[in-house]
Amino acid sequence: MPSHAETFPPDAPPPRLELRGITKRFPGCLANDHVDLVLQPGEIHALLGENGAGKSTLVKMIYGVLHPDSGTMLWQGAETTVPDPAGARRLGIGMVFQHFSLFDTLTVTENIALGLDDAGRMDELADRIRSVSERYGLALDPERHVFHLSVGERQRVEIVRCLLQDPKLLIMDEPTSVLTPQEAAKLFETLRVLAAEGCTILYISHKLEEIRALCSRATVLRAGKVVGATDPRQETARSLAEMMMGAELSTPERPPQGAAGAARLSVRHLSTTSDNPFATNLKDVSFEVRAGEILGIAGVAGNGQAELMAALSGEMLVADSESVVIEGTSAGHLGPRARRTLGLAFVPEERLGRGAVPELSLSENALLSGYAREPLVRGGMVHFGRARAYAETIIRGFNVVAHGHRAEARSLSGGNLQKFIIGREILQKPKLLVVGQPTWGVDAGAAAAIHKALIGLARSGAAVLVISQDLDELFVLSDRISVLFHGRLSDSRPTHETTVERIGLLMGGLFGTPPDEDGEITRAV
Amino acid sequence: MSFIRLEPRGQASKTMVYVTPLLAVALTLLSGFILFLALGFDPVKALHAFFIAPLTSVRGLGELVVKATPLVLCAVGLAIGFRANVWNIGAEGQLTLGAITGGGLALAFYGEGGWWLLPLMVIGGAVGGAVWAAVPAFLRLRFNASEILTSLMLNYVALLLLNYLVHGPYRDPDGFAFPESRLFEADAVLPILWSGTRVHLGALFALLAVAGGWLLIARTFIGFQIKVIGLTPAAAGYAGFDQKRIVWLALLLSGALAGIAGMGEVAGPIGQVTAGISPGYGYTAIIVAFLGRLHPVGILLAALLMALSFIGGEAAQIAMGLPKAITGVFQGMLLFFLLASDVLIRYRVRFGTRRAVA
Repeated sequence: MPSHAETFPPDAPPPRLELRGITKRFPGCLANDHVDLVLQPGEIHALLGENGAGKSTLVKMIYGVLHPDSGTMLWQGAETTVPDPAGARRLGIGMVFQHFSLFDTLTVTENIALGLDDAGRMDELADRIRSVSERYGLALDPERHVFHLSVGERQRVEIVRCLLQDPKLLIMDEPTSVLTPQEAAKLFETLRVLAAEGCTILYISHKLEEIRALCSRATVLRAGKVVGATDPRQETARSLAEMMMGAELSTPERPPQGAAGAARLSVRHLSTTSDNPFATNLKDVSFEVRAGEILGIAGVAGNGQAELMAALSGEMLVADSESVVIEGTSAGHLGPRARRTLGLAFVPEERLGRGAVPELSLSENALLSGYAREPLVRGGMVHFGRARAYAETIIRGFNVVAHGHRAEARSLSGGNLQKFIIGREILQKPKLLVVGQPTWGVDAGAAAAIHKALIGLARSGAAVLVISQDLDELFVLSDRISVLFHGRLSDSRPTHETTVERIGLLMGGLFGTPPDEDGEITRAV
Repeated sequence: MSFIRLEPRGQASKTMVYVTPLLAVALTLLSGFILFLALGFDPVKALHAFFIAPLTSVRGLGELVVKATPLVLCAVGLAIGFRANVWNIGAEGQLTLGAITGGGLALAFYGEGGWWLLPLMVIGGAVGGAVWAAVPAFLRLRFNASEILTSLMLNYVALLLLNYLVHGPYRDPDGFAFPESRLFEADAVLPILWSGTRVHLGALFALLAVAGGWLLIARTFIGFQIKVIGLTPAAAGYAGFDQKRIVWLALLLSGALAGIAGMGEVAGPIGQVTAGISPGYGYTAIIVAFLGRLHPVGILLAALLMALSFIGGEAAQIAMGLPKAITGVFQGMLLFFLLASDVLIRYRVRFGTRRAVA
């Protein structure tokens, strides 16, 4: 590697990584516009920005997945290019992606071997995995099969895979979005140890409290440009959010709940069985959602949320018709269409590909679920004029940024598509709304609008059920909170009587052993 | 690492979707030119005999319509299924069954016909085709058996059934044991629409199928459900569309249309039930459906083009002494070039290894 050390004063080591004027253009969009970024050895540096601000593009260029159109990259002071991820790993750059790439039916060691460029002998590799996981407090059994592992453990596999290559720079993309607060706290300990050993960590997250607790430096991107660099410890979550958005943040206010009305949804002793060995069966789940209230169901993904959603929407029929009662009617054997007629509206977790058809226009997507409760179909014929008008009403009422009702669903950003889908469901004036992950991956502005709409719907007399992994969100929205763990649902608690710590312990499976009221266990942030 | 890779282009161009069928036709003609040259024929003369000469006489134009009629009827039904990911490859067998049931009615009421016989034969043909298509529908929904295989295999069963019938129960008692039925009486023959040609009432059915198919696809709620199921099955489940109902509808409808096409052949240009009622209309209709972009109007144009390949193939055999296989060669090339251009509007070809590209 050629040395450029002479350009620096001899006493200051060169930055670990320096980006100068990095620009990347995609057809129709400038993803990164002359981005400058300096990462020092041993620092935990946050990369902040709303969806579509260009964070992913930037880290993909650092990791060699994409290549910049212009600009220079300096690795430890020397100009370099990263041709591909293997090249990045050779330099000492590791990355933990938001979505894991693990094979369920292979063991931890086998999975790690697949991701290494020189795995060596399997038994030696297992020993190395053990020693690394002990050193950094990442408990992991190399012989176990991945399908036995919790999400937090799977993430450890990915981290250990990076650590085995002695990275000098570790990129973490939204690492805590799938973790309980306690798991997140353990991850932070590991990251602090790594940083103390001189490894640089580039940390991407939209959880601002985490960034304030963990990072010493933050670079903020907006619309592909660096709009600021700051020390997050000196900022508030609100000021960071406003930097990201470039506008003032309005937080939704939750007016006090009136007396809860009649039960709109009763789930009684709901159990499911599935042919799929990787599905989580629901076990004796019972709860009620009453008119005018929001019930939140917390839990780490994969604990039965998908099964609960399908059993409520009617996409999966349940054995006992009485175990799902909507508006007093036993609905366990009714399909989605009949349940909609009873007053159910539904927002699935998967927006593009379930909640909306990517290739179809917004007016056709308005028809997708709107046909059941809006007069869009007459005598078997589609009333396209009305579907268009309905789409326009949603777009106006929920400030959806789109090129009119003709825009394809896939052309919308995640936040705008979610506003459209939630608007489509709410404008049907449902008696009961079930929402999965309402603001997952949605930028702060859209999330606030969605929260406001959900609270408004509940206060107008509808029953709302929110299933989410985001505890902050559930504490903003819910009147009561339950936790789903391994297919079982805890009793609900009024939100004002519980704490993030207690819910976090329930998410980790500590049912029936309530901890002391004051949290001895420190909160993640 | 492979040396040829396909890279997604991102957005496929809307114009190209309509240009590629024309491109495929042009490439087919070019390849035909080279093929004729290599075989030692005068390519200009051969292509003229194949594609131009049939269009210069009233009789030729009439034949074009006669051949396009069953293609349109089969392809409109297939296209509705293909849009919903229902892959009916059995139009040939359903057409054969329509000929057996429709033609069977003509023979059953031989000598006692009336104005009611033709409508009855139309219904009989439709029911025969639909029943044949109901088998793959049932097998798919009950046992999750691929309708591609089951419908294809039933084509051979239908053909053997037809062979049995013309050698046995359907055989003309005064026909010197030739494997064919009596000639139908006037009450059982579709009226000629264009005198001097063999264009029959079936052509009108084909036009009605085009109009009805368009209405179904573009305007009805069923058509919308078909579209959603075809594009994103998960979204159809979310919306509560009944996918089983759509599978039944697609197969029964395409079976009925193919059955009407088969009835139209025996009650139209053939005028009796024989062992050879179709030169592969049911298979060619698959090409027609894709060449027409699964759109009824596109199918009408594509069917005329494919009909020309049938007639031109015959004409070229007679005029130039070209082998019979020439028709199949041209149809195959057309489908090949269409599918290839489809891939190339969505992907671009890269040569060399990944690293060389980066």
